[in-house]
Amino acid sequence: MKSNDLILQTTTKIAVFIILLFSLHIFFAGHYYPGGGFVGGLLTSGALVLLLLAFDIKTVANSLPFNFRIMIAIGLLFAIGTGAGALFFNVPFLTHAFDYFNLPLLGKTSLHTAVLFDIGVYLCVVGATMTIIQTIGGSE
Amino acid sequence: MSLLHFSIIAPLILAIFIPFLYKKVKAIHTGWLIVWLPALLFIYFLQFLPQIQNQGAVEKTVAWIPSLGIDFTAYVDGLGLLFALLITGIGTLVVLYSVFYLDKTKENLGHFYVYLLMFMAAMLGVVLSDNLIVLYVFWELTSFSSFLLIGFWNHKERSRYGAQKSMLLTVFGGLSMLGGFLILSLLTESFSIREIISQAGSISTEPLFIVALILVLLGAFTKSAQFPFHIWLPDAMEAPTPVSAYLHSATMVKAGIYLVARMSPVFAEQGLWLWLVGGIGLLTLFWGSINAVKQTDLKAILAFSTISQLGLIMSLLGVGAAALHYDYLLENFYMGATVAAVFHLINHATFKGSLFMVAGIVDHETGTRDIRKLGGLIQLMPITATIAFIGTFSMAGLPPFNGFLSKEMFFTSMVNVLHLDIFNLETWGVLFPVIAWIASVFTFIYSMMLFFKTFTGKLQSEKLEKKPHEAPIGMLVPPIILGALVIVFGFFPNILSQSVLEPVASSILPSLVDAGHEMDIHIKFWHGFNPELFMTLGVILFGIILYKTMEKWIPIYGKIPSFLAFNYVYDAGLKQSEKGANRLTNFYMNGSIRHYMVYIFISFIGFLTYAIVRNQAFLVDTSNLAPIGLYEVVLSLIVVAASITILVAKSRLTSIIALGAVGYTVALFFLLFRAPDLVLTQLVIETVSVALFLLAFYHLPKLNRKEERMGFKVTNAIVALGVGVIVTLIALSAHSQKLFDSISKYYVENTADKAGGGNMVNVILVDFRGFDTMFEIAVLGIAALGVYGMIKLRLSRRRNE
Repeated sequence: MKSNDLILQTTTKIAVFIILLFSLHIFFAGHYYPGGGFVGGLLTSGALVLLLLAFDIKTVANSLPFNFRIMIAIGLLFAIGTGAGALFFNVPFLTHAFDYFNLPLLGKTSLHTAVLFDIGVYLCVVGATMTIIQTIGGSE
Repeated sequence: MSLLHFSIIAPLILAIFIPFLYKKVKAIHTGWLIVWLPALLFIYFLQFLPQIQNQGAVEKTVAWIPSLGIDFTAYVDGLGLLFALLITGIGTLVVLYSVFYLDKTKENLGHFYVYLLMFMAAMLGVVLSDNLIVLYVFWELTSFSSFLLIGFWNHKERSRYGAQKSMLLTVFGGLSMLGGFLILSLLTESFSIREIISQAGSISTEPLFIVALILVLLGAFTKSAQFPFHIWLPDAMEAPTPVSAYLHSATMVKAGIYLVARMSPVFAEQGLWLWLVGGIGLLTLFWGSINAVKQTDLKAILAFSTISQLGLIMSLLGVGAAALHYDYLLENFYMGATVAAVFHLINHATFKGSLFMVAGIVDHETGTRDIRKLGGLIQLMPITATIAFIGTFSMAGLPPFNGFLSKEMFFTSMVNVLHLDIFNLETWGVLFPVIAWIASVFTFIYSMMLFFKTFTGKLQSEKLEKKPHEAPIGMLVPPIILGALVIVFGFFPNILSQSVLEPVASSILPSLVDAGHEMDIHIKFWHGFNPELFMTLGVILFGIILYKTMEKWIPIYGKIPSFLAFNYVYDAGLKQSEKGANRLTNFYMNGSIRHYMVYIFISFIGFLTYAIVRNQAFLVDTSNLAPIGLYEVVLSLIVVAASITILVAKSRLTSIIALGAVGYTVALFFLLFRAPDLVLTQLVIETVSVALFLLAFYHLPKLNRKEERMGFKVTNAIVALGVGVIVTLIALSAHSQKLFDSISKYYVENTADKAGGGNMVNVILVDFRGFDTMFEIAVLGIAALGVYGMIKLRLSRRRNE
């Protein structure tokens, strides 16, 4: 019997974007307000899980063709790369730098290498969570 | 590296080439290729004789581990030289004998000679080292090579048993000896034996000194097969006969004797030394001779006889130590005991070596060593019989052979014990001559048995595997040489006294010689009508009577219960210790994780309680507590209620949900204590983990899915309560005594200025302490890959099946 999940699927389509936006907000706000790469990553994967619940694994894999295991690797590379980048400037490993810039559209903004590190955390968390959930979900 | 060092390790160097020689040179018996080396060494060591006699010792040092004070110091004095001559001289004869004894095609000669050369080098190293650690290294090498030689025919179960037994016992002794050496070196801060001897007087009052004495003696006693460690020697008779002749009569078993003699200057002032060395030696003499009589195997008789003769030498060394307490010049007759010990050592090496070779010849030519099957061989093997006659009569202590002289000297020393008035010897000392005399009677009996039962009587050719005939001449030459020495030393004992006995006695009792005592050793054949002569006559008389009536009393041995034998103790001990260890391991390693958790938690409780009590660290200070609000109370009650629900819930689902409740309440606590980042993370993570729990719950096997309340176990309750209480107490104490201010002030001040951030938690996570975070995400990645690997690999394996 094929169940009809029209309401769930429609709401999901809207909710996923809101959740994704919220997770991005939490991620970028991390340096000044509660949040950061870890919670941001978890919320993003929450959005993806919602997609998984509303649709099936194949559909989600088709629309989001990521290999989440590679995403873990990329996240770790980001984190380590940020740390190693400091070595080029003759400062200890993982020394961050920041400054304020006048960007078009955004105005005066601070750019911080810690964000690069946080992207690593973010990607790693999303990759790990999704790998676990997909693997367990995909097994019989 | 001097020639002396080179000569010590020369057998080892030659041993390296043996496998190649054995493979390449097929035409010649490998023994011929090495027999020159011990002969050459023997000649080399002979050169030292005049040197030692005139100028004293020769010493050569090569640095080995100078930073630890371990140098390979070769030191040749009378004692070392005597042993070196025995080792190389008898070594030559044994190699010669083995050429004819071991078959070129049937035996693995390559292995045999490698082991034998290893052993020879090790023995030379033991007797010529001045450094204790070097001595110990060579000592263990003798144990090891002896193990290999005893187990040479490793297809035989008895060989393997004998090899293992000798290994266990001698290594036990060797390790004890190492302990003794280390104590000595700690007391004197030196590994050099001569240095230790020079400090012997000042360290003898140290409490550890006696421990060192006992440990060193343990090493000597196990190696020299002294009571009750003698049991390995009879089982070592499974070795090829050349090995028995070499190791178990002339050299290795005398390593312990050497050690006692070498250490005498250090320990001999002690009464304990005299009692232990003398007493154990006498006991061994007695026990060995009593047991030799009941054996039926030629080599077994010889083994027990070796044990008893070693005991004799040992007891003489013990009594010789009494000489140190009487340093007046006239009639220091206890010195005679030491001289007798050395003299008998030489004699024993000659006659016992020849007797072993005779036993090998008999075995080789008749196919058996059982004296019940042998007899009447004197017509068929006249030369062998002659050698056996000389050897056995010398062993029995009959004139005109050398055994007679050393036995007379032995009786003299034992009778002299009666005059001692130290260390309670005036009361118990009378036992010494009595036991010695009884043991000599039995020595006489088994010596006669050995000769007459083998060579006289009726020939029982139907029981023999081969048709007996005289051995080839090459096999006879070594025992003939030894037998000739028996007679030469018997008739002209004084050729030894100046050249060998005096230097050796002066190395064993150096303090007496230094004190200016004239050493004038003169061995006389006839010394008048004194007690010793009558004792010897008594030995012969009683020996003949008992030998003639042997059939009557030999069954008594059968009545002795088997558990009184030390072999039984050894076997049972080995078995029981294996069984016990097994049982112990099975008892605590029972494979149940619940048990291991209990061990871990109990040790946790135990150690922490001990630490708190020991340091009196428990302290409660309520002065800097924050006020408790209503919210905290309510949340705490929720956590307690949820926790109790987890424990008593009947359904697992209830427990999972209660656990979730605890998690969310903790998130609320975080909110209350103003940790918004933690609140966010805790909420999400708790959701994920509850979902995973539910997943696990859903996949529980249907079979055992009984909904049951968790059982109550008293141990678990006590352990859980204990852990809770101890952690609480520690938390309270830790909170009550803050020694330093928190470093968080730094973060508060510098988050904005130095790190350009507003969220202090996040700034700490990615900036101040980003290193931790880096590895935490690595952990997360590893966990994900682990889950992926476990599930995918399991599936693919199942698919393959």
